[in-house]
Formats: sequence, structure tokens, C-alpha cells
Amino acid sequence: MSAPILHAEHMEKWYGPTAALRDVSVSIDKGEIVAVTGPSGCGKSTLLHCLSGILAPQRGSVRFQGREIGTAGEAERSRLRRTVFGVLFQFGQVVPELTGIENVTLPLQLGGLGYRDAAVRARALLDRLGVGDLAGKRPGEMSGGQQQRVALARALVTEPQVLFADEPTGALDSLAGEQVMVELVRLAREHGTTVLVVTHNAQVAAYADREITMRDGRVDSDGRSDNYGRDNSSDGRGDGDHRVVLRGEVR
Amino acid sequence: MMSTAHVLLGVLAAQGVSHGYELKHEHDRRLLGVRPLAFGQLYTTLARMLRDGYIVEAAHQRVGGPDRVAYRLTPEGMTALDGWLSRAVPPAVHVSGELFVKVIVALLATPDEVTARSYLAAQRAAHLARMRELTAVKTGGSASVTELAAADYLLNHLDADLRWMATTLDRIGQLRSEVRS
Ligand SMILES: Nc1ncnc2c1ncn2[C@@H]1O[C@H](COP(=O)(O)OP(=O)(O)O)[C@@H](O)[C@H]1O
Ligand SMILES: [Mg+2]
Repeated sequence: MSAPILHAEHMEKWYGPTAALRDVSVSIDKGEIVAVTGPSGCGKSTLLHCLSGILAPQRGSVRFQGREIGTAGEAERSRLRRTVFGVLFQFGQVVPELTGIENVTLPLQLGGLGYRDAAVRARALLDRLGVGDLAGKRPGEMSGGQQQRVALARALVTEPQVLFADEPTGALDSLAGEQVMVELVRLAREHGTTVLVVTHNAQVAAYADREITMRDGRVDSDGRSDNYGRDNSSDGRGDGDHRVVLRGEVR
Repeated sequence: MMSTAHVLLGVLAAQGVSHGYELKHEHDRRLLGVRPLAFGQLYTTLARMLRDGYIVEAAHQRVGGPDRVAYRLTPEGMTALDGWLSRAVPPAVHVSGELFVKVIVALLATPDEVTARSYLAAQRAAHLARMRELTAVKTGGSASVTELAAADYLLNHLDADLRWMATTLDRIGQLRSEVRS
């Protein structure tokens, strides 16, 4: 078993008197797709922010590939966010003044790549996500689902090692949400990207290999220690008939 | 309750003239995700449809083995199909799900909440595992639209169960007091 790509131990995060994380430890392997679920206010977003270096916990450690980032300075955490992490939020990810393709080239240009080369990569990804024909349009001319696919392209164009997604389908209708999740998972699997997706929606969590549930700032259950996972094909199901639908589809 | 007869009327309407085996094959192929039709059920249903005048024998074919009877829809059969298709299915009057019954019986028949809680945890794990399987159909890339629709139907019902289980777990103490009062 190789070392985890992200490893956090005994994190505590307070907002003034409010404890958002109380002694939270999680470990995520490279290439894993992990869902974090739980009721509103239980600390899911705070966990994502601490693991992605957006926030620093007051106590405990966060290690990315063995390096401590929890106590790293803002400059170092911001560099990680630009280079090896990608983030996708519920909305507000795309810059309204820029076209679809400009939104996606932006992180590459910030990394020093010229516009022409950046545009080639951005265009390929937008095509892949089914929004290539919107490259020249501004977000205001796109539907919510199309905007979110542009935001996904923007988060993935730098080929991050870890994608952090916070309620990525929360503002979308169910079909648009499905399109975003299907592409997110397919691209992540192809590139071996590790994904942490925060959601209160069980149907979104079902895209993940493993589910961590939170309650009152603590980890309530972690699929890592239970025995479900990618290759776990059957247990605890009585009626096998429905599986006929999906014969040959389910690994 | 959906009757097999109505489904077969619909399949026959699409096929024109068709014999039993073909009807079963079309039924299973078109209604992916629905339990495949057993031969016993197929032939008893066809016999009843004949008796009720919804179908008639259109031809006998002998292909080597036994006789194959081909059927055709009658005007009465067409009317029955139209009626079924345009009627809303009455929403359930009673709770028929075993989940609800199990939770109540667990609270009734055991001294504390432990059995109900551990049952709900086991059920949740089983539901989540099944949801993960169904979701793999969506990301697998080779699913037909019918399979996606079937998977979605199951996923949404499992999701509804999960939400009910979460709410029930939140009020399990109150529920127990009432059940045991
Ligand atoms: N910036 C903030 N200032 C003060 N309290 C906050 C802030 N962000 C979150 N909280 C509180 O921290 C707790 C956890 O919040 P959050 O991580 O956003 O939960 P979730 O994402 O699960 O809904 C909640 O009680 C919330 O009200
Ligand atoms: Mg949140």
C-alpha cells in the first residue's frame, strides 16, 4: 500500500466560538474518488477548505504527498492551489467578463503558458465536456449546466493531482448535474486524479468509491474502514433480479 | 398493479402479429430492468387474453417442432390498452415497504433501539452499495438511454428510502417511546 496523497490528523477548526472541525483525521489515496456527506453545517466545506489549503486548521496536521501544508504559509498554500489542486464550487466559478475559452485558459496563462498553447488545451477539454461550441460565448449566454462544465474544464485544465469539489451540482437540475458528475468521474479516472467531493446528495455521493460521513464537526463513518469500495460487488443485497438491467455494465 | 396482460397488449400492438416466444423476447428487450417474463406466466396470460377477447389467433406456424400460434390484437384489446395507458396509477394508500415495517417491529419486539439502529445502518450500507453499482452504469459510457432511465428510476427510489431512513433515525427515540407505549 503506497502512502496516501492526502493525510490529515486531529484537525481542529474554530470560527470564533464555533467548532467546525473537532479532531478530524482522514486519509486519501491517490486516484481515489471520495465523497464527504452529512447534514448542513456539519463541517464538510470546512474540511474541504482545510485539505485544499484554502484555510489552515488551528490544530492538527494536513500533509500532501507527505509534506505538511496545514502550517505552511499562505504563499505556499496558494502555490499548491494554483499548481496541484483544482477546485470546483457550486457556482460563481467562471468570470462573467471572459468567454468560455478565456475562462479555461486563465489558469494556464497564470502558470506562464502562452495564450495560443493554452487555447489548444482549453478547447480540447471544452470539446470533451460537450461545450466546445460555447468557447466564444460569455457565461451570461450559457445555462447553469454549461457554465458548470466550463468551470470543471477550468478546474481540470492544469491537470491537478487533486480535484476538490464542493456541492458541484447543487445549483443544477438533475440531468445537468448528472452530465457534470459523469464527465468529472470519467476524466478523473482517465488521468488518475484524486477527487474529494462534498455533497449532501446521496446520488452524487454514489459516484464516489468511498464515502465519509460527518456529524457535528466529526467523522461519523468512513468507508475506508467499512468494507465498501470500488471492487466490492455484492453483499447485503437480497434481491438480485434488478441487476439484470445492468448485466455487463457493472464491474 | 401493473398487469402483464396490458404490457403484452402493448408489445403486440407494436408487433402486429406475433407468437408467444417473440412476445416474451420483445417484452424482455424493450423493458430493460423489468423482471424478465417467465414462460409459465406468458402462456397463462395469453390464455386469459384470448378468453377475454383481447387477442385472437392469427395463424398457426409449424417450424419443425411444435405448433406456434401467432396472435393479433382485437378492437377490444386495443380499447383495453388505451384505457390502461391513459389511467393514472393510483398512488399507494398503505405503506407497503418492508423498511418501515421492520423499523416498527424492531422497536416493538426488542428491548431498546439497538436492533432498529443497526438494521437501519445495514440497510443504508446495502442501499449505498446498490446506488454505487447503478451509478457505474452512467459513467461506464455504454449504457442505452433505456438503461439510464431504468437505473435512474431505481436510484431515485433508493435515494427516497435513504432520506426516509435519515429522518427516522433522527427521531428514533420518540418513535420508540410511542411504539412501546
Ligand atoms: N466563515 C465562517 N464564520 C463563522 N462560522 C462559520 C463560517 N463558516 C462556517 N461556519 C460554521 O461552521 C460550521 C460548519 O460549516 P460548514 O463547514 O460550512 O458546514 P457544511 O459545509 O457541512 O454545511 C457551521 O456551524 C457553520 O455555521
Ligand atoms: Mg458547505
